Amino acid sequence: MLNTQGRPTSPGSAGGTAHPTFTGNRALLQQEPLLFEIGRADITGVDLPEAPAVADRLGGLKRAAPLGLPGLSEPETMRHYVRLSQKNFGIDTGLFPLGSCTMKHNPRLNEKMARLPGFADVHPLQPQSSVSGAIALIQMLGDWLKELTGMPAVMMTPKAGAHGELAGMMAIKAAIEAKGEAATRTVVLVPESAHGTNPATAALIGFSVKAVPADADGTVRAAAVKALLGPDVAAIMLTNPNTCGLFEREIVEIAEAVHAAGGYFYCDGANFNAIVGKVRPGDLGVDAMHINLHKTFSTPHGGGGPGAGPVVLSERLAAFACVPYPVTQDGRAVLIEQAGDSQAFGRMSAFHGQMGMFVRAFAYMLSHGADGLRQASEDAVLNANYIKAGLADLMSQPFGDRPCMHEALFDDEWLKGTGVTTLDFAKAMIDEGYHPMTMYFPLVVHGAMLIEPTESESRASLDLFIMALRDLALAVKAGNTERFTGAPYHAPVRRMDETRAARTPVLKWTPPKAAE
Amino acid sequence: MRYLPLSNADRAAMLARIGVASIDQLFADIPSDKQLKELVNLPKAKSEMEVERLLSGLAARNVPASSVPFFVGAGAYKHQVPATVDHLIQRSEFLTSYTPYQPEIAQGTLQYLFEFQTQVAALTGMDVANASMYDGSTAAAEAVLMAHRITRRKKAVLSGGLHPQYAEVIRTLSRMAGDEVVSLPADVSARENLLESVDSSVSCVVVQTPDFFGNLRDIKTLADKCKASGVLLIAVFTEAVSLGLVEAPGAMGADIVVGEGQSIGNGLNFGGPYVGLFATQQKYIRQMPGRLCGETVDADGNRGFVLTLSTREQHIRREKATSNICTNSGLCALAFTIHMTLLGETGLRRLAELNHANAVLLAQMLSGIAGVDLLTEAFFNEFTLRLPRPAAEVVEKLEKRGILGGVPVSRLIDKAELEDCLIVCSTEVNTDADRAAFVAALKEVL
Repeated sequence: MLNTQGRPTSPGSAGGTAHPTFTGNRALLQQEPLLFEIGRADITGVDLPEAPAVADRLGGLKRAAPLGLPGLSEPETMRHYVRLSQKNFGIDTGLFPLGSCTMKHNPRLNEKMARLPGFADVHPLQPQSSVSGAIALIQMLGDWLKELTGMPAVMMTPKAGAHGELAGMMAIKAAIEAKGEAATRTVVLVPESAHGTNPATAALIGFSVKAVPADADGTVRAAAVKALLGPDVAAIMLTNPNTCGLFEREIVEIAEAVHAAGGYFYCDGANFNAIVGKVRPGDLGVDAMHINLHKTFSTPHGGGGPGAGPVVLSERLAAFACVPYPVTQDGRAVLIEQAGDSQAFGRMSAFHGQMGMFVRAFAYMLSHGADGLRQASEDAVLNANYIKAGLADLMSQPFGDRPCMHEALFDDEWLKGTGVTTLDFAKAMIDEGYHPMTMYFPLVVHGAMLIEPTESESRASLDLFIMALRDLALAVKAGNTERFTGAPYHAPVRRMDETRAARTPVLKWTPPKAAE
Repeated sequence: MRYLPLSNADRAAMLARIGVASIDQLFADIPSDKQLKELVNLPKAKSEMEVERLLSGLAARNVPASSVPFFVGAGAYKHQVPATVDHLIQRSEFLTSYTPYQPEIAQGTLQYLFEFQTQVAALTGMDVANASMYDGSTAAAEAVLMAHRITRRKKAVLSGGLHPQYAEVIRTLSRMAGDEVVSLPADVSARENLLESVDSSVSCVVVQTPDFFGNLRDIKTLADKCKASGVLLIAVFTEAVSLGLVEAPGAMGADIVVGEGQSIGNGLNFGGPYVGLFATQQKYIRQMPGRLCGETVDADGNRGFVLTLSTREQHIRREKATSNICTNSGLCALAFTIHMTLLGETGLRRLAELNHANAVLLAQMLSGIAGVDLLTEAFFNEFTLRLPRPAAEVVEKLEKRGILGGVPVSRLIDKAELEDCLIVCSTEVNTDADRAAFVAALKEVL
């Protein structure tokens, strides 16, 4: 007899509450052990031919003990890392308003281009004549960066923003040495609102750091800088737009004063996304500025890198640029790899920089064109101000209600006495499906919340975000603290104990036997 | 513009909501005489098709390693990367996430970093490893700074077998920081006596194995001498696959081990991005640079992972930080970890044996050519030859015959007596036909 009844299609009595599962999994959210807990020493997911029989030439240095590293077959590897990926929040998951980090859309065309064998499968030390297209790309990208910043020279090799800062400050130090002022110019001025990398960089190469206080309006006053200038000042490191999301209005006056005192102006370009095509740092008097290709030009952040941090230089610093750099010889681009007798200050890393990131950034720039880049900056600023306008009546702003650049900054004044902290608020945003904004930075703002939506968000996405944050803010004001202090409730894990991790550091997996 | 979701109607409505008449009002803080009307010297937006055409044109002017018999090494290595690796690292959740500052929604990144740290510690034979550096060369420079912090001395001694560009990176940073560096002369056949340079004024000795010229170096005696003088031994490698077959630097007594991780999981990419490996002993963890991932529990007592010991780092300690590093090489570390997971102990050993055997075969064949001398006694997958004429010329002629035949030492070291030296590498990708073609072509051009 044919069963004509079929399977039930209505939810029927499937209401009720959830029960703990046997596996600990929650449907799509799978528990996943460490690979060391599921791998086996005799399993491999790579098939290789047998090695030809030869007498080894290892000079008696053959490894004596086993590594103790298990393997997984290919299907197990696939499942392990796919499951891990599902515990991560990315830009493609949802709005990622991490201030100062510019989490914008990562076009997949850029990924495809970076994987062309002519870029991905070429060796940095194969003959230059066999990589002329790669060298040409580095040169063309450099030309775009110079044009966008109004600066005459660029160092392409720094591998990240902080590495770029280091390169820029080294160029400044080299210039100071060339003038014979190395012994006297030892101070670098850094505003209190600066990224931590700025003072760390200056200190790394022997400068002493002097803090510049910010004005009550969140910007640096020329007068405050002038009060600190003298023959001992090597440079100022200023972020513009600054970390409070504001354009430094007195930047030209500051640059002129620093130059008049014989110093150099380093600009932290982390926030360049607000002003591409709107103003050129070179026109403002900047001597060196790194550009985070992984922020402004959308090379993926990849869970914390790789990045790329090319540094544009003014005429005063151009001669000190590190090797290697591309030049045109007989009509074609070649890389100068040795400093020789030049004034180049040295080398930042082996080889020629982050080629994979260069291709992605260049594809991004070509796609946008001059018009698109300018529009992107305008949209980034528009989106930030839209959020600001949508929240200003509920959340407090440290510097009053003036327009911001590409990020909106709030403080925790409005949370006072509620029992909810900036951290709690951020964790409650996770439950709402958002990556939290940057919190507790800049340090000059108490309980800071720095929101950078970028140009990648639609108006509908921003509207929902504003409504969600308004709902949270109203819940705070209504005294519904549990929603915050226990958050997140819906993430793959509950709030993590960071204190315990730091007190007794466990930095690798240890086999259970050895742990006994 | 395909990446921008706002329509002009959206923009107008949003400006109205903000309460400004035009977008220019939001940029009013920029001095008006400095504001641009437009970027005149750059082209307008291009379609996906146009961008692809332009970049494919540039790519086509380069000779990919896979397209020819390929023997170039000297710090970056051509290996077969399983297709699984590239697929997994392109998962949106890995590719488009940030440094895991919010651990509750970054357990994917944090768990693979914990796995990465465990793998790197095991490979190098050290207690702990960090969550990656930019590349091998910058990791080496950071190791020198770390040694200075620990020993409170300021003098580094660099072996003549250290990759010349690594040495240059260390010298650049040291000069800028006001620290002393003693660089031993290029040491093609591992004959230098580093022991003579070790005394109690020295902070650290930096030695590479397999070295720039391919030599495997026994550093056990050196480690003992260092220990006796309170000097830290920094061991460097550029070919991570070697660790599958060769004794781990940690087992030979190194205090800090740094290296380039590119050869596991990552392509050549014309030099970057790569992934720096950094490992040391437990007692030095608070002096380490870079991110560290640690195990902990969540509010329900379940295991999880977080970034930890961040009080060493720039965003907390500012000018007192152990390093200025912030972004590292997360996605390349993921590629390393996935490839390493696929290999496992069994696969890695086999891969390493295959590399070594291929290199031994090639060395035998090439050194059999009249006028060609093999200068490397013990090696892993690369070695140095002395040719009867300048190596740069030979490489150029080989290229014209469709063979990428190694790196002339003169490309990195400007010394007349090394002009004839060629560094040749052979990995698992080389076939019998590749080797035969190389030998035949080399005979022709000499």
